[in-house]
Amino acid sequence: MLGVTELRKSYPEVVAVDRVSFEVRRREVVGLLGPNGAGKTTTINMILGVLSPTSGRIRIAGVDLARHRARALAQANFSAVYASLPGNLTVRQNLMFFGLVYGIAGLAERVGWLLEQFDLEHLKDAKCGVLSSGEQTRVALAKAVLNRPRLLLLDEPTASLDPSAAQTVRSRIRGLATEGDCGILWTSHNMYEVEEVCDRVLFLSHGRVLLEGDPRRLPSQHGASTLEELFIRLAREPLSESLEQAV
Amino acid sequence: MRARPIAGILLRQFYLIRGSPVRALPMFAWVAIDIVMWGFITRYLNTMSAGRFNYVPTLLGAVLLWDFFTRIMQGVSTAFLEDVWSRNFLNLFATPLTTPEYITGLVLTSIGTSAVGLLVMLVLASAAFGLSFFSLGLMLIPFLLVLFGFGIALGIFASGLVLRLGPASEWLVWPMPALLSPFVGVFYPLATLPRWMQDVGLLLPPSYVFQGMRAILAGRAASAGNLALGAALALLDIVLAGYFFARVFRYALRTGLLARYSAESVS
Repeated sequence: MLGVTELRKSYPEVVAVDRVSFEVRRREVVGLLGPNGAGKTTTINMILGVLSPTSGRIRIAGVDLARHRARALAQANFSAVYASLPGNLTVRQNLMFFGLVYGIAGLAERVGWLLEQFDLEHLKDAKCGVLSSGEQTRVALAKAVLNRPRLLLLDEPTASLDPSAAQTVRSRIRGLATEGDCGILWTSHNMYEVEEVCDRVLFLSHGRVLLEGDPRRLPSQHGASTLEELFIRLAREPLSESLEQAV
Repeated sequence: MRARPIAGILLRQFYLIRGSPVRALPMFAWVAIDIVMWGFITRYLNTMSAGRFNYVPTLLGAVLLWDFFTRIMQGVSTAFLEDVWSRNFLNLFATPLTTPEYITGLVLTSIGTSAVGLLVMLVLASAAFGLSFFSLGLMLIPFLLVLFGFGIALGIFASGLVLRLGPASEWLVWPMPALLSPFVGVFYPLATLPRWMQDVGLLLPPSYVFQGMRAILAGRAASAGNLALGAALALLDIVLAGYFFARVFRYALRTGLLARYSAESVS
């Protein structure tokens, strides 16, 4: 669903992402982990087409993003805690607007179905700006699956949710991967969540992939008792030591 | 270009205007105020000239055409600013929407909103102050088309400028028509201006419209050649403005400005 090859983003004074390569396969949930400033959001922004890579290649469902931007992005969608939907439109209006922008046929039925699936029926005429964090997350997720994406990017989708709401969102997203036909790239700082949801994780630091593997096995493979402990150790070490440890 | 994404941009603006009197009111309120104010000024001037000269078509007609141009320009830039105000760039440009589709959506929005303003102005100017646009005859159509074209071009340029300079630069957008008005001779012939201002005016399409309008009202024929030049300049300006916006958009993609637009980290 997603193929990232030798992806690099450099600015005059910093290399934000340095020759990163990875894949997200069909029905797979891949966690993109790393400390703040590791390059996760930069990577996601490049996959979303809102940031041009300095070099490298991105293919979404086999379509080259640089060459066929619209075709590639039609296969993807996203939800991010820092990209809330326009607060001056109602829930239904937002879904209708983005549905048209994604070029969805039979839109009214699709929106009706999503309102029901995400328990938004009673909120359909409420302006998104007045919804609670949990409700806004549900709307953002409904928007993220509007176009039945083959690649779903979720940047900290449960960041502002209480444990119960986060649990519901996690199981819903897990369901999208197992029952649907899409691959999911997920970023989170919640290691418990990552272990529960992700089939595979990539650990990013200083713009590079340091580790890759099963989140339930990685800690023991690297002498840590939990994924959180491994995260903290890798995040606090300088790049050279982190690379040695990863090898 | 695909119809559905363009319809999406239009629908979004329709939702906003329908749901907010604050957005609906400016579509006709300011132009109505302008027509009323200038209507009374022309009436007063007519009294002073004791019927020797009718100021209504010259001044009120000019105000109406200029307001139409301003509405077109602001229709495009305001529709763009809605995405700035609601911090919607990331959501919007991570979709299959292309920049030509986006700009077409903004232009169609502007046609809709400015048509309302034009209608209000025509009704008010003719009903309250006796302005007859039949005096301009069929030439009114090319006049409006040239102003429309230049309004679109300036609106796209202004949107590109805001995208490049950040949200606070919207304050550069609003006075743009006022900045141009002395150069295009809305109320006086270009010959009134100093040479350098005339040269600038000759590069601006509205100059040919107001020149033509005054010629017709003085009983002469408007120069078809001049009007064609104005139309050609307007078309060229649309192409240049589209190119400018596309360049700024590519710059925003390259530098990360689009992804973190509200941060105003790029100056």
